[in-house]
Amino acid sequence: MSIMSELTHRDRVFDFLTPTASPVDVRHGPILYLEDVTVSFDGFRAINNLNLTIDDGELRCIIGPNGAGKTTMMDIITGKTRPDVGSVWFGSRHNLLTMNEPDIASLGIGRKFQKPTVFEALTVFENLELAMATDKRVLPTLTARLTGEAKARIDEVLTTIGLTDLRHREAGILSHGQKQWLEIGMLLMQKPRLLLVDEPVAGMTEQEMERTAELLTSLAGKQSVVVVEHDMGFVRSIARTVTVLHQGSVLAEGSMDDVSNDPKVIEVYLGEGA
Amino acid sequence: MSYSQSWLTRPFTERSTQIFLGVLFLAVMVVSVLHLVMPEGSALYVSSYTVTLLGKYLCYALLAVAVDLVWGYLGILSLGHGAFFALGGYAMGMYLMRQIGDRGVYGDPTLPDFMVFLNWDSLPWYWHGFDMAWFAFIMVLLAPGLLALVFGFLAFRSRVTGVYLSIITQALTFALMLAFFRNEMGFGGNNGLTDFKDILGFDLRTDAARLGLFIATGIALAVGYVICRAIVTSKLGRVSVACRDAEARTRFLGYRVERVQLFVFVVSAMLAGVAGALYVPQVGIINPSEFSPLFSIEIVVWVALGGRATLYGAVIGAIIVNYAKTVFTGIMPDAWLFALGALFVLVTVFLPKGIAGLLPGLKKKTDDESEAPTSGKEATA
Amino acid sequence: MSIIRSLKQLLIVCLLSLPVLGHAQANDEQAQSLLTQLADASYAQKGKIAGEIARSGDERARGWLEAFSAGKLAKVEDSGKFVIVLSNRGRNWTVQDALTGDDLGEISRRDLDTIRVNNSLRSEIDGILSVIDLTVNDADKRLEAARGLRGNVDEAMAKKLTELMASEEDADVKATLDEALAIYKVEEQGDIGAVKTLSGSLNSEARAALNSATYSDDPALKQAAQDALASIETKLKWNRAAETLYFGLSLGSVLVLAAIGLAITFGVMGVINMAHGELIMLGAYTTWGMQQMLPGQPGLALILSIPAGFLVSALAGVAIERSVIQFLKGRPLETLLATFGISLVLQQLVRTVISPLNRTVVTPDWMSGSIMVNEALSLTLNRLYIIGFALVVFVGLMLIMRKTRLGLEVRAVTQNRAMARSMGIKATKVDIMTFALGSGVAGLAGVALSQITNVGPNLGQNYIIDSFMVVVFGGVGNLWGTLVAGLSLGTINQLLEPWAGAVLAKILVLVFIILFIQKRPRGLFPQKGRAAEG
Repeated sequence: MSIMSELTHRDRVFDFLTPTASPVDVRHGPILYLEDVTVSFDGFRAINNLNLTIDDGELRCIIGPNGAGKTTMMDIITGKTRPDVGSVWFGSRHNLLTMNEPDIASLGIGRKFQKPTVFEALTVFENLELAMATDKRVLPTLTARLTGEAKARIDEVLTTIGLTDLRHREAGILSHGQKQWLEIGMLLMQKPRLLLVDEPVAGMTEQEMERTAELLTSLAGKQSVVVVEHDMGFVRSIARTVTVLHQGSVLAEGSMDDVSNDPKVIEVYLGEGA
Repeated sequence: MSYSQSWLTRPFTERSTQIFLGVLFLAVMVVSVLHLVMPEGSALYVSSYTVTLLGKYLCYALLAVAVDLVWGYLGILSLGHGAFFALGGYAMGMYLMRQIGDRGVYGDPTLPDFMVFLNWDSLPWYWHGFDMAWFAFIMVLLAPGLLALVFGFLAFRSRVTGVYLSIITQALTFALMLAFFRNEMGFGGNNGLTDFKDILGFDLRTDAARLGLFIATGIALAVGYVICRAIVTSKLGRVSVACRDAEARTRFLGYRVERVQLFVFVVSAMLAGVAGALYVPQVGIINPSEFSPLFSIEIVVWVALGGRATLYGAVIGAIIVNYAKTVFTGIMPDAWLFALGALFVLVTVFLPKGIAGLLPGLKKKTDDESEAPTSGKEATA
Repeated sequence: MSIIRSLKQLLIVCLLSLPVLGHAQANDEQAQSLLTQLADASYAQKGKIAGEIARSGDERARGWLEAFSAGKLAKVEDSGKFVIVLSNRGRNWTVQDALTGDDLGEISRRDLDTIRVNNSLRSEIDGILSVIDLTVNDADKRLEAARGLRGNVDEAMAKKLTELMASEEDADVKATLDEALAIYKVEEQGDIGAVKTLSGSLNSEARAALNSATYSDDPALKQAAQDALASIETKLKWNRAAETLYFGLSLGSVLVLAAIGLAITFGVMGVINMAHGELIMLGAYTTWGMQQMLPGQPGLALILSIPAGFLVSALAGVAIERSVIQFLKGRPLETLLATFGISLVLQQLVRTVISPLNRTVVTPDWMSGSIMVNEALSLTLNRLYIIGFALVVFVGLMLIMRKTRLGLEVRAVTQNRAMARSMGIKATKVDIMTFALGSGVAGLAGVALSQITNVGPNLGQNYIIDSFMVVVFGGVGNLWGTLVAGLSLGTINQLLEPWAGAVLAKILVLVFIILFIQKRPRGLFPQKGRAAEG
């Protein structure tokens, strides 16, 4: 069998098939820059001249009313949507606008969707296995064997997200909150430098929310985390810096107290409520 | 099934694969023995006509497995797999044509009869090499593989999926059908390739050659099944399912969805090509009707009847539908299209999981085995 | 050749020197003697005698000459009477007295002596007849006669024609006579002025005359003829382009008609109906059925088929929607398979109940024939009607989708089903109505197709792939896209056909679309924005 695996690993000579994964350059501080980004759909400007900088290791919360452009912003960072104008840099070396989704993902940007998206036909264990940071080209994936080390890593994450007992159940049977956790677990498996988390606590109970807050704050420092959330209580519990988006641009930025006292922000939120 | 085993040996540890291979082996053995041992008048005697008919079913079964691989596990409903089947068949047909040599009606040592008939004076360039069996057999894999590679590369790169992909695969096979109907293409036009004499030196009309082809088809089906099983039980198989169910998510995990799709699609096309190549010497003809959109969509209904994403279901479906077709067209030919049409409707509306969905025992077994991933001991072995 | 030609000239000269024909009532004796001469003469003389008959001014002369030319003028052997054969089937021929016009019943063919005719005589007689026709009152007939004269004019005739031209009041007839004269002048006299007259002509005789003039020794004439030919060539090119465009548009409208119903069921509702082709087929069979019920009135039947075809296909569509499609909501691939099954059943049903063979649908008189734009370009009427019909259907659908309550509800349901329901829209009802509309339009397409193609069980199959290609090419959910895609695919196909052949052209178009979809997966006119991100 060893000869067989030798042969099947020959594909690794095709180095030109992989993007040159040079390390992220964060010597200048910020890990993510968005400059003057604008994108419109059929004349509607979802993002309008947006400028945003995330520092390495920062935990940033982004809030804003519906239609403020939060999800579109994440689409742009992860390569799903291309802006009309503007530039997006990961560290000071990687121009994200020239890369596609898998490249951006392997660079170390992980994303959790607004609606929890897990692979429902696969087990919890398999979901985490697929998310694991490893060689994700076709032939290595075909011949991949699970090493003890990898298995240990999966077990560790399973414990963190509290789904150890359900490891061999199909993800489709999980509750909404459990799917949210599984998706966060998949993010952890990816070992990303930057996590984009879209509404992580939607549909969670109080305790689940607390544990999520704990988890996210514990990640900050090692990894940069961007959280988009509607739940103000949750944001207050984790936030150091808060950015308020409105109509596709930054309306205010600062600590939670500063922001919530900002007259412009109050107007936007009250105006919406009225 | 275990996560730490080598991808090629993994299928053999599965209960379902063991059962499948066992049943297939037994069936092929029993048919061969009954054909060889029983006297011709006996009730148990299997005529060489029946052997060839069963061989044809096995070809269809392999084709259905190929379609199930892309439809069941990758979510790509190809309505053009008949094209790959036919290309494999034509590659084999070209070899068989060259084997005729000067025994054709016109007695030309190199040119097949239809070329002489069309007043061609030399062999078109793409016919060269097909007098050699090894070259033809490589082309059986390469011709459908290349078409799948080019077509898939373009389609998957542009993220053409779902219904759109189905429709353009149908257009692809339709265009090829029109093309192969033309005499100028040099594939015998309307009549296709036929009047074969022998294969690898064996006379095709002898019982021995027919039995040999039947057994070869059985082996090809077994190998094809194991290859597909190896793919779907590998991590790549799980990534395929991930692409099927949540393409965008898979991409954000860092997988090149289009390459996964391309790889599996090409493998599937090659398997379809092999099925076509084994089909042609058994039925004795290949013509453009194999490219017809109706045939391609029929394959899909075999898979749907048997049960998607099980592989063995595809085999069951192919054999049942084709047996029914043989029976129906024999007794009341007009009713066959009614039956086939009704089958399409009934299966999709009432039996979405197919026959395999009615066999929970077998399906459960395989799941139970995956319940206990083996420990790190085996991983280092 | 030269004998016949000079004979012909002689004959026409005699003829033209006649006073106006047809007024004097010649007596029967003279007629009898002329016909006897005709019967007895050699081929060489027969032409001359035919000229004399025409010159006799007898009103019946035309009938005799026509019968003679058709080989149906005969002499009864024993009585010497001349008869016109009405039917020459079987042993006994039905005949009519050539002089009195009386019906003589049947006479055994052995008792009849047919006056023999050959091809060169026939063309001579045509010439004689056309000059006779130049003096009739009906301007259309004169025009036809003048057209026939082009390339057949000689010196003596030219004079007569010049006279006739002077008294001719109809401009078209005059221009044609002018052309006929000019051809003569170029051919026989090398007249440069006449070359100018011909420079815009699309007539093949005119081109032949100019062509021979390019071999002239006179450099001026040669040059003038070459210039004239060049300008004709340009004009012909435009005409050919116009013709290709017309064919392209007509094929395109057929595609639009076939696809536009699909653009509604697939494009707007997202339902893949593979039985769409069979709904078209039902429309075509409805037309056939209507014509069977109203024998002898194909036009009325066709007009009645428009609502009937719509209704039949719409009802069939609703039946399909209620019985199958509604259970497969949100499973497009399964819908595709199930409706494909339905299409097989419908085809086989038609084969079993009606016939596996093609049925003939009659084209009413007002739809057959063609409009002649000029001599190089004529537009067939049935295709013109189909182009018009396609546009009417398109505009009608546009209005329904944009201006009616149904259209509004359809758009609401397709954009946000849950929201539309909560606003009191009955989504199920809207589904049924939309599907009925799309299917009904397929029926209309069938009615139109019955006029230009064979009506058979495979009719739908032949159009289903094309229809899907048109919708996908145009951009799903966009009626304008379907119109533009259909018309342009039709035109591309027609443009390719002359040098690639019909089959290869179709293959090329398919390959083109397959490649195009790779480049622009959402078609020519994609829907934009978040809603489009599946």
